[in-house]
Formats: sequence, structure tokens, C-alpha cells
Amino acid sequence: MSHSSPVVSVSGVTKVFGEGDSDRVRALENINLDVHPGEFISLIGPSGCGKSTLLRLIGDLIKPSGGTVQVNGKSAHQARLDRDYGMVFQQATLYDWRTVRKNVQLPLEVMSYAREKREARAQEMLKLVQLEEFSRHYPWQLSGGMQQRVAIARALAFEPSLLLMDEPFGALDEMTRERMQMELLRIWSQTQTTVIFVTHSIPEAVFLSSRAVVMSPRPGRLAGIVEIDLPRPRAFETRESAPFFEKIVEVRECLRRDEVRVASA
Amino acid sequence: MSQPADLIPALEEELEAELLPEAGQALRTGQRLRRYLPAILLFLLALGAWEMAVNVFHIEGFLLPKPTVIASTFVRELPVILPAGLFTMREALGGFVLGCVLGILIALATSRWSIISDGAMPFAIAVNSTPIVALAPIMNNWFGITNPLAKMSIVAVIVFFPVLINTVRGLTQVNDGALELMRSYAAGEGAVLFDLRIPNALPFLFSAFKVSSTLSVIAAIVSEYFGGSRDALGVYISQQAALFHFAEAWAAIIVACLMGVAFYLALLVFERLVMPWHVSLRAAEE
Ligand SMILES: Nc1ncnc2c1ncn2[C@@H]1O[C@H](COP(=O)(O)OP(=O)(O)O)[C@@H](O)[C@H]1O
Ligand SMILES: [Mg+2]
Repeated sequence: MSHSSPVVSVSGVTKVFGEGDSDRVRALENINLDVHPGEFISLIGPSGCGKSTLLRLIGDLIKPSGGTVQVNGKSAHQARLDRDYGMVFQQATLYDWRTVRKNVQLPLEVMSYAREKREARAQEMLKLVQLEEFSRHYPWQLSGGMQQRVAIARALAFEPSLLLMDEPFGALDEMTRERMQMELLRIWSQTQTTVIFVTHSIPEAVFLSSRAVVMSPRPGRLAGIVEIDLPRPRAFETRESAPFFEKIVEVRECLRRDEVRVASA
Repeated sequence: MSQPADLIPALEEELEAELLPEAGQALRTGQRLRRYLPAILLFLLALGAWEMAVNVFHIEGFLLPKPTVIASTFVRELPVILPAGLFTMREALGGFVLGCVLGILIALATSRWSIISDGAMPFAIAVNSTPIVALAPIMNNWFGITNPLAKMSIVAVIVFFPVLINTVRGLTQVNDGALELMRSYAAGEGAVLFDLRIPNALPFLFSAFKVSSTLSVIAAIVSEYFGGSRDALGVYISQQAALFHFAEAWAAIIVACLMGVAFYLALLVFERLVMPWHVSLRAAEE
């Protein structure tokens, strides 16, 4: 894996909000991270440790204060212009005035896909997230989990090489959340997209990822990386297996070690 | 908006549930009758009381005509007041369209540069809460007292501000997440405008339209009180009142009310055609 050239390469990145102000926030400090093709990476850490900030830097929604972010061998900015990113946030942010089908087609319209191609892609994506029969519904007629599946379909519609997800299941109940995690793994294995997934749930990070990137706050930095080599496909049984619990402990230890270090410093 | 924002939506829901039942839960005729029976009874009772009071207290007919007299006058005068109503309605509609078009165009132009719209909004909101209809005599002088343009321009000015204010709000008060989504697609400004800002502004726009529909009929009639064509409803009302022909004045007022309601309802139907998603969304949220 490590011999292929990275999809994302973050080196020496820092981010300071409100630079020059007295109340400036050092959100990220000296972040180095490589993400390889087909990986499922999760960013995990307590809230305020800069997970969203790192994700947004990679997606070129904000600019770093220092360091560089390379995506597919080019600048993050160029990667965004080349439409290399699909993004899914905690809020599904579907457009009220569009049906499910039309919401999935939104990026395709913006990117001037031909009509038949749009229809076909939307159909295919809705099939992937198993919402074909809801294609003519409006977003408010769907449950939160279904809305989030539409958002995933929309993000994948234009076949981006990199899927950025910021706590996409954060607003869902536990049961729906576990179902959505299974769905996401199925979609990931079918599309072979590289995923960077922000979460503050340790079991979620362990269940989904190939690597969990543990972050710690003030200033935000990497506390460690835990390889999650649990067998795939992961299923319901995975959550009850001993290696799963071992990995949870490992991530938790990593988070705690850092807390102790911060407290004693 | 500086308009009675709390009253209007409540009224709207009532009207919508009743007149366009497929939006909310369709009430069966029987249910509907039962629900509205008190209102109808109260209305009839009030008319009866009015009639009786005029009889019992010997109120002079020129001060307060009896409902029955107004009704018969209404039928008799219809050949005069109906064309007068249509004349005034044309002024109201002309001004409405003019005000809406200007308001929307200027909103589109200014919201493109938030500095301009941020700077201009407080003024627009301030002007919107002044009694613009007081300009009527000035407009009458500018355009000539019998020129319908004098009234249309008053109506246009009155309609302009709520439409401008609401359109700017609708175009600029866009969900941050939705904007980031567009940014992640590397969407151009045109796509952001047509796929996000304009659809986002439609509900704001329609709420301005609905407020303005009522305002424009009021403005047209009130500005005719300051003088205007003999064919106009406002002129008819003020002349009949000056001659103590109050039954005629009341009959014309009924026409004015009906016009206002008809205009409002037409907009409700139009809204349903343009934004079916929003109307049903509102119904679902109730
Ligand atoms: N736009 C911003 N302006 C100022 N400070 C910000 C901004 N975005 C995030 N921050 C700060 O940066 C730190 C990291 O935030 P964030 O990346 O959202 O954390 P997380 O997603 O891990 O909860 C927090 O202290 C937050 O207050
Ligand atoms: Mg966050």
C-alpha cells in the first residue's frame, strides 16, 4: 500500500484562525499525513481538535496558514477545480426544491453532464444507496438516514477519487448509524473510492477504517495512527469479535496517552 | 418585513386549508360546514344586529345604511362600480408588476455585491415603514391627476420595497453548507445563482408578493381619494361619500374588498404552480 503514490499528502500543515488577532486559534500544528488509494481513513479525536479543519483544508474549502496539501499529485485547489472531491457533511443539505433524483443530479448539472448521462448516473447511484423507489420524493418526505444516503449518492455521482465525510452519521440514532456504516462499507468496496471520514466515535472509527488517525487538541495535532487490520468484509459479527475490542482499546489508549502528556506538560 | 408578519402566515394557512384543500388535509364538506358554521352564523347575526340597530335607533340612512339597502344598491350600481373596480384593478396590477420587476432586478444587481445590499438595506427597510401613499398628491401633479400612471407609480413604489427587501434576503440568506457544496463542485457564479440563490429566494419572494397584493389595491384606491379619473373606484367612493350617498360608497367598498381577496388568492394559486415543493413542505410542517 505504502509504495503507491498517495492520493492525499499533507505536509507540515498549520492552520491559525484569526491570524494577528488577540483571540487567534491555533487549530492545527505541523500535520503530516499520507493517504493511499482505496484507503478508508478516519480522523478521530475530541471535539475542537481540528478534525473538520483538516478535512476542509484537504477539500480546499479553507487555505492552510503554512505547509502544503497535495491531492492526486496537484494542489488541493487544482484538485477541487478538477472535481476530485465528493463531500458529505453532518447535515445532508439536500435542496428542498429538488426531488431526490434531482438532488443527486445537482453536481452533474453544475458540471454540464448531458441529460441522459445525468439521468443514468442518478439512477445508478440511487440503486447503490438502495433508494430507487424514492427517486421522485422530496427531501422532507425522507427520514434522516435516507437523506444522508441521498447525500452520499450525490457525492459519488460524478465519481470523485476522494470522498470527504465530516461526521455524516452524527445526527442519526445508534441503530440507523450502524446500518449506515454497513452501507458505507458496501459502497466503498463497490466504488473503490478513497475515504477520509471524521468522527468522534471510537467504535465507528474502528469498524470502518483501515487506519484511524488519532488527533488531540490545543493545538490540534496528530497523536498517533492505529492500523486497523480487522478482516473484511466487516459485518455484524465484527463488532462482537475480540480483535475489534482490542482495536478499540488501542485507539482509546492512544487518546488517553496524549491527554496524560498534555496534563503533565 | 415591517408588515404584520405574524398575521399574514396565519391568515394564509387558513385560506389555504380552506380554499385549496389538497395542500393540507382535505376536509370533507360536512366537516368544513361544521367548522365554519360559527363564523357564518356570527356574520349573519352581525348583519341582523346591524339591520335591527339601524331600525330601532332610527339611525339616518346617510350615516349608516342598512345591509339590505347596501345589497340592493350593490345590485343596482353594479354596472357602474364593476367597470370602476376593473379600472382601479388595472392600476393596481400595473403598479404591482412594475414594482415587482424593479424590486427583483435591483435585488439581483445589489445582492451580487454584498457591500451595496448591506449598505442599502437599512434605508430600504426605513423607507418601507413610511406611509408612501402620502406621496399620492405629488405623483398626481407629476403625471397628471387623471393619468393612471400616477396611481401605478404610487403602487409601484409601495410594492418595490418589500419585494426588494425580501428578494435580497432570499438571495443572500443561503445555507452555508449549501454554498460549500457548490464550492466543492467548483461551481461558477451562474450555477450558484440559478441552482441555489434564486430557488432559495422564491419563498421570500412569494411572501412579498402576497403582502404586496393587498397593499397595491389599498394604495390604488387611497391614492384615488386624492383625485383621479371619473372611471376609478376610489374616486367613485369619495364622491358618493361627499354626496352622503353612503349606500353607494359601501357597495363600492365591497367591490374593493373582493378585488383584494381575488388578487391574493390568484397569487396563492400561482405560488402553488411555481413552488409545489414549498407549499407541501409548509403543509407537512404544520
Ligand atoms: N472558521 C473558524 N474561525 C475561527 N475558529 C475556528 C473556525 N473553525 C474552527 N475554528 C476553531 O478551530 C478549532 C478546531 O475546530 P474544528 O476543526 O471544527 O474541530 P473538530 O471538528 O475536531 O471538532 C476549534 O477551536 C474551533 O473553535
Ligand atoms: Mg467538526
